[in-house]
Amino acid sequence: MKLKENIAISDSGYLFNPSTGESFVLNPLGMEVLQFVKKGKSFEEISKEVLTRYSVDSITFEKDYQDFIHQLRQYLLIGSDE
Amino acid sequence: MNKKRVTVGISGLNAIDSPGPGMAVAMGLHEARSLDVRIIGLAYESLEPMIYMHDLVDRTYQLPYPSSGSDMILSRLEYIQEMEHIDVIIPNFDAELYSFMKIEPQLKRMGIRMFLPAMEQYEERHKVNLSKFGEKYDILVPHGKAVFEPKEVFDIKSEFTFPLLVKGKWYDAYIAYNIEQVLTCFNKISAKWGLPVILQKFVHGSEYNVTGLGDGAGTTVAAVAMRKQYITDKGKAWAGISIDDTYLLELTRKFVTATKWRGAFELEMIKTQDNKYYLLEINPRIPAWTYLAVGVGQNIPEALVRLALGLKVQPYESYDVGKLFIRYSKDMIVDREEFEKLSMTGEL
Repeated sequence: MKLKENIAISDSGYLFNPSTGESFVLNPLGMEVLQFVKKGKSFEEISKEVLTRYSVDSITFEKDYQDFIHQLRQYLLIGSDE
Repeated sequence: MNKKRVTVGISGLNAIDSPGPGMAVAMGLHEARSLDVRIIGLAYESLEPMIYMHDLVDRTYQLPYPSSGSDMILSRLEYIQEMEHIDVIIPNFDAELYSFMKIEPQLKRMGIRMFLPAMEQYEERHKVNLSKFGEKYDILVPHGKAVFEPKEVFDIKSEFTFPLLVKGKWYDAYIAYNIEQVLTCFNKISAKWGLPVILQKFVHGSEYNVTGLGDGAGTTVAAVAMRKQYITDKGKAWAGISIDDTYLLELTRKFVTATKWRGAFELEMIKTQDNKYYLLEINPRIPAWTYLAVGVGQNIPEALVRLALGLKVQPYESYDVGKLFIRYSKDMIVDREEFEKLSMTGEL
């Protein structure tokens, strides 16, 4: 899964899609997960990182992660074919 | 760079909540790198704010309304030309374009150039003909119908679902949720802007616009896409952001190439949730938000003046993405004498 190349993300968590003009604000965890996605990490790798650092069970994280990815897809921030 | 001195007449001085493009055009011309511009304002009403903005407009003359006929306008412009020696006029109101197109040859003989669409281009993209336009150029257009009489409104049930848009042939658009509301809007709009009134299928989505300039030979000289960020109750963008939407820009180039569009234009588009673009309107003039185009690197008013004068123009290839325009309103303090002079003599 790959974030679209032209998406701009600032350190503050502000995300801008230059194709659509839409902007979003990510919370710190969303920002962290997106940075992992940007680096091309798999779900397993991301899950391992998050579960180690936060008190969350794997089922809850997977649900939230899929929800988050679904939103990224819906807002055309990641390619629909990926 | 040696700047060429030019005198440009502009209309659309009504910098109000549904603003004319005059202010953006004047600001763009003052920032032109290749032109040293003197601006002559052409006003219809004595309270058009730009008349009194002497930092933007050097001198203003009142014009007769377009409805008074081409001869009246021409006669007034002859007088203005004797006084000001205008090189180029940029008409910025939809309602006056037809009159200016008709008198283009006479103005040329007086030494005034314009860079307007040809009459066929102007008619073909008219709101009344937009559905056919969409079919011809393979662009999605919401179903529309021109209505000339109130009784026709009762026959639309098989063609439209509610809500639908009711639009004037020049300006104004309202959403109607039932036949009664359509009738009310029809009466309101036809009383103000005449007939026909256009009914258009309501398409829900985000509003995107492109402003651009065609050289009349199929080349897109400028094109900037913008997403409306804040919309007033009149549907006007009060803030917007420049975007890099490949599809919109390709569609714009396709439009310019296919129609060999001559002059400035604005494409009003809507993007649905399933990412389909519908063309809502083509305005055959510079839009009021054109200063965003200037701010991101494409000075459309400057390029238009150069084209009108027959000067070389290098098409713009790119622009800054992610820049916003945010409109604001401001009160001006004006001496009564200025208002009096304009009202009594028709010039200031």
